[in-house]
Amino acid sequence: MPKLIIDGAEIDVEDGLTLLQACEQAGREIPRFCYHERLSIAGNCRMCLVEVKGMPKLAASCALGVSDLRPGPEGQPPEILTTSPLVQKARSGTMEFLLINHPLDCPICDQGGECDLQDQADAFGVGSSRYDENKRAVENRNISPLIKTIMTRCISCTRCVRFMTEIAGVEELGQIGRGEDAEITTYLNKGMLSELSGNVVDICPVGALTHRPFAFTARPWEMKKTESIDVMDAQGAHIRIDTRGGNVLRILPRESDDINEEWITDKTRFVCDGLKNQRLDTPYIKENGKLRPATWAQAFEAIAKRMNNVDGKRFAAIAGDLAAVEEVFALKALSDQLGSPNTDCRTQNCSLSLDGGRAGYLFNTTIAGLDKADVILLIGTDPRREAAVMNARIRRGVSSGQTRVGLVGAPVDLSYDHDYLGAGPQTLVDILEGKHAFSEVLKEASNPLLIVGEGAISRSDGRAVLALAGRLANDFAMVREEDGWNGFNILHTAAGRVGAMDVGFLPGEGGLDTNGILEASEAGNVEIVYLLGADEIEVERLSKSFVIYQGSHGDKGAAIADVIWPGAAYSEKTATYVNFEGRPQMTMRAVFPPGEAREDWTIIRALSQTLGKTLPYDNAMELRQKIYELAPQLAAIGAVKNQEMASLRALSHEAIRIQPTPFSLAIDDFYQTNPVTRASVIMTEMSTLKQEMNAGKAAAHSKGMVTHG
Amino acid sequence: MARVAQGIKSLFLLEFIAAFWLSMRYFFKPKAPVNYPFEKGPLSPRFRGEHVLRRYPNGEERCIACKLCEAVCPAQAIVIEAGPRRNDGTRRTTRYDIDMTKCIYCGLCQEACPVEAIVEGPNFEYATETHEELLYDKQRLLDNGDRWEREIAKNIELDAPYR
Repeated sequence: MPKLIIDGAEIDVEDGLTLLQACEQAGREIPRFCYHERLSIAGNCRMCLVEVKGMPKLAASCALGVSDLRPGPEGQPPEILTTSPLVQKARSGTMEFLLINHPLDCPICDQGGECDLQDQADAFGVGSSRYDENKRAVENRNISPLIKTIMTRCISCTRCVRFMTEIAGVEELGQIGRGEDAEITTYLNKGMLSELSGNVVDICPVGALTHRPFAFTARPWEMKKTESIDVMDAQGAHIRIDTRGGNVLRILPRESDDINEEWITDKTRFVCDGLKNQRLDTPYIKENGKLRPATWAQAFEAIAKRMNNVDGKRFAAIAGDLAAVEEVFALKALSDQLGSPNTDCRTQNCSLSLDGGRAGYLFNTTIAGLDKADVILLIGTDPRREAAVMNARIRRGVSSGQTRVGLVGAPVDLSYDHDYLGAGPQTLVDILEGKHAFSEVLKEASNPLLIVGEGAISRSDGRAVLALAGRLANDFAMVREEDGWNGFNILHTAAGRVGAMDVGFLPGEGGLDTNGILEASEAGNVEIVYLLGADEIEVERLSKSFVIYQGSHGDKGAAIADVIWPGAAYSEKTATYVNFEGRPQMTMRAVFPPGEAREDWTIIRALSQTLGKTLPYDNAMELRQKIYELAPQLAAIGAVKNQEMASLRALSHEAIRIQPTPFSLAIDDFYQTNPVTRASVIMTEMSTLKQEMNAGKAAAHSKGMVTHG
Repeated sequence: MARVAQGIKSLFLLEFIAAFWLSMRYFFKPKAPVNYPFEKGPLSPRFRGEHVLRRYPNGEERCIACKLCEAVCPAQAIVIEAGPRRNDGTRRTTRYDIDMTKCIYCGLCQEACPVEAIVEGPNFEYATETHEELLYDKQRLLDNGDRWEREIAKNIELDAPYR
């Protein structure tokens, strides 16, 4: 514990901290541009200079370790001054140099109002310039449809370069040239197509990289900020929704060390235009094969008429990927009242069940727990697409040399080095039986874990694969009662699924699962199907049934529906979502639902009244009370509890009868995974671009082969 | 003695006559007020009247939608919406509204403007019959600018040495 004297106050700090961090602990604010806590240290902006007594020159505090400081001649602790006249002069000098080439275009700059350079120029700058030569100008680069560049504003802090290389793991950005010619660019003018590329907008301390779709729309001070939770993947990233006048203008990450640190995926960030397009804003009823707008009363009447005298067994409900706990719970209660066991939330037909307890369908290690892992076995998953922010965390472990990753499944680019072990379940059997080289690696590991993707269990032998995973976890000491390490993980892709499973939205006794419902509908055995935002199923197969679709967007499900009820999107309701770790979190209403749309659970409650089977709650509090009675773990908002491990054993009892087919992936198009993304113009554009790039790559590849051949 | 003087004054209505003389004098004197609306008093170049949005001499709008006037407006009379302009992607307003009935004519908007686009011009004669007519939109403000450009340019030039 080195002792320091910072501005006269003595403080003990941890070994291994940088001087900048030590000063922050002492409550001193050190201005900085290039330093970022989650990136490597560059030390090139020179804004964080402090005076260290005994050193001939000022020191860049971000790059100086506290343990490198020498004590004074009589052994007294090193003394640091952060506000001395010398430091202040240095700061204003640095500021003046930075502003030599930075354009004074704050009025037209989108960063204006939330710009580090603006704030620090105000706090430490001299207020005028002595420079009257021509300023430098740099050509803008078209690096991405999502990120607008005004490279003249760049101050060469290289935060974006470090982010793309270290966190996103794609070496797509770099700095070339020296001195005045230095510029940030993509190599060979390639585009930047990482799932995390949008984060460079946040870390850019100036307005060189800005949010392209949001360009010029609003100033930071005129937007209402709502802290909420993301539902684009099952990770449940903490986000902030910025709105103005009922429009969601942008989505930014919030810091949360246990979940998303401070990154979000491009899908989360740029999907907000999808919240305006294709919205269902009034009920619809199908008449003579055509949907027509209706009032709520008419829509309820139509259903009541149709549902009259229908046997409960001939009613089925499917909850979609974005359904929150509240509406799922209400729909389950309604199905129970109607006497229908046909409810399912597993739209991808995955083989998860409640057999293995809650631990059997959760990501038990937790996202923060990944930092302790030393061997990770990925089974039929591509975390880069299914949970990109989590993948960045795995990547950190790999690049620090701590973690080794083995992949069984489709060969994908994970953005870090990994061992490709095989394509299908046979490889898992080999590993289990010790015939595979990776068995040794797993055996020697101290904290091994496996991650099962939905691609691996959404197949006919899914239960066997799950059992295989259970046995692997057992045999390789991935689940240990003694020190609480639980390395059995399921990686969900849908934000609503864990919550729906928590409240038991699964087939009841003798009930049909998603596939069963579709088959029964084709055979005419299910008369009424209630789709709660379920678009990721083969809806065409429901054409013989009377389909009630409740959701926010006019997507696949709405197209075949007989009655449509407009629901609220995740930005428009206060609702509970449980992420794949089993962490219940609440979204907050940022804007009101459009038109006639209502919060989803209220629609189901109103329907229950029309059907004469009124659900026993009149407000969200009462509803949540009922939910917490059924699933008490959901009451602890934001907390994740360690799960019972013993129940996991039940999973491995299943007979292992596997098929040789390789695992497929749960997500084939990262940008188009749910109705909101499909309604988003930007996401659709990105998806097309990605496909074109892949096609182009394939074409270039085959062309290359020809020339060489 | 003073009481005698007071008595004489009261008896002969001296104070009344003096006052009457004064008022009669002013009654027949030529009038001081300007003969409005046929003639008008002088206005300072800093006079803060009706708002205008100015253009550059080549006809391009000055306003760059920085929203500083909207932010500074103490009466919250200004509403701006911005976006990239269709043809060249530059930052422009798509909407610029001033509620002239909310405005308190403090002049902070023109102080805040980095490009001298929004200016309170010398016009003070824009009374209307209805409230709605005082809700100015962008077109109205630009038209005002075109109408008053000469006077405003002159005023800015006159005031420039003191800024």
